[in-house]
Amino acid sequence: MNIIITNSNEQPIFEQIENAIKEAIFTGEVKEGEMLPSVRSLANDLKISFLTVKRAYDGLEKAGFIKTVQGKGSYILPKNLDLIKEEKLKEIQDYIEKIYEISKISNISKEEVAELFKMIFEEEL
Amino acid sequence: MNNIEVKNVSKKYDGFLLDKISFDVPAGAIVGLIGENGAGKTTTIKAILNIIKADGTVKIFNKDVKQNEKEIKQNLGVVLDDSFLSTYLTPKYINSVMKEFYNDWNEDKYYELLKQFGLPKDKLIKDFSSGMQMKLKIATAISHSPKLLILDEPTSGLDPVVRSEILDIFRKYIEEDETRSILLSSHITTDLEHISDYIVFIDKGKIILNVPTWELLEDYGVVKCSQEEFSKIKKEDYVSYKKEKYQYEVLTSDKNKIKKKYNISSIDKPSIEDIMLFYIRGER
Repeated sequence: MNIIITNSNEQPIFEQIENAIKEAIFTGEVKEGEMLPSVRSLANDLKISFLTVKRAYDGLEKAGFIKTVQGKGSYILPKNLDLIKEEKLKEIQDYIEKIYEISKISNISKEEVAELFKMIFEEEL
Repeated sequence: MNNIEVKNVSKKYDGFLLDKISFDVPAGAIVGLIGENGAGKTTTIKAILNIIKADGTVKIFNKDVKQNEKEIKQNLGVVLDDSFLSTYLTPKYINSVMKEFYNDWNEDKYYELLKQFGLPKDKLIKDFSSGMQMKLKIATAISHSPKLLILDEPTSGLDPVVRSEILDIFRKYIEEDETRSILLSSHITTDLEHISDYIVFIDKGKIILNVPTWELLEDYGVVKCSQEEFSKIKKEDYVSYKKEKYQYEVLTSDKNKIKKKYNISSIDKPSIEDIMLFYIRGER
């Protein structure tokens, strides 16, 4: 599993870790039941504080991706397709909001944006 | 669970006052003590170790240090600035001394560490480089597998390669048993950025900041702006500011809030050193 952390990134480090692990779950690189590294060992390998890793794991647990058992560690929960879809939809929504902002600022109409959308989706077919 | 609890520790010297210092070192955590030279870092560490008599209470492993010094020190690894033994000794001789002193001294582990750190066992310590001497001190401090490691300026005066090797030793030490803790002081704040979980910042004998390291690295920000823009920022929204020749620099402890509130687009990420300087030299 790749976890790439950059300081130049606006995104907080705990979020970068969360996303990297989610990505590994989406792509099937880590599978249901697999153990994640312990909080301290991942912190050491990334040369960051264990509190940052803990925050990332807590976030993943709250979102239903992993389960942490006291004294045993954290393991990957079964892939929840709805959850993944919801995550991805949110991601798409963020991009669309960006598109909306840009079109607003530069006076590009809804129709023109929709045209672009159509073009891209049809190109794929 | 805390491995160290410091409560209201005060110590008065001529022209210096350590003023009611309180902080904890939780189990499993690495706590970095930062501050200028003379701010009180070493005095704090010496008070914790009961080397100097100070007011207030210090508990290590939940026991009062003043009453249980002997017992506590069996479970403690310490590296202080002033060297611990004569430099006219060899690492091998140190082994024979430590064997007598610590019940749990692990000779095999000690020799293994020497090998791992590339330290010859039959050479006089005086012929060691300062990096080698520090590694020997650390090997000596952890060969009885203590639960707590306390170090005063372990990386000062060492080159970047040796410093990063030493930080790796600390990481390994804490990973071996996650109920262990490390308290270390340093004025090289970049080292602490990479290793500490909490930062305790001492200035002029007082603790002025005690926060998780990630908070310093992720929530703090520096806004660079004109005088006009600066005048709009309310006092409660920044920590301190510096007036430079062509701009104002403002330190905030909540960059997301200040971004939204004042519609500021770009905020610099300060290093711990930057933050320290804002606290010491900045204006309110």
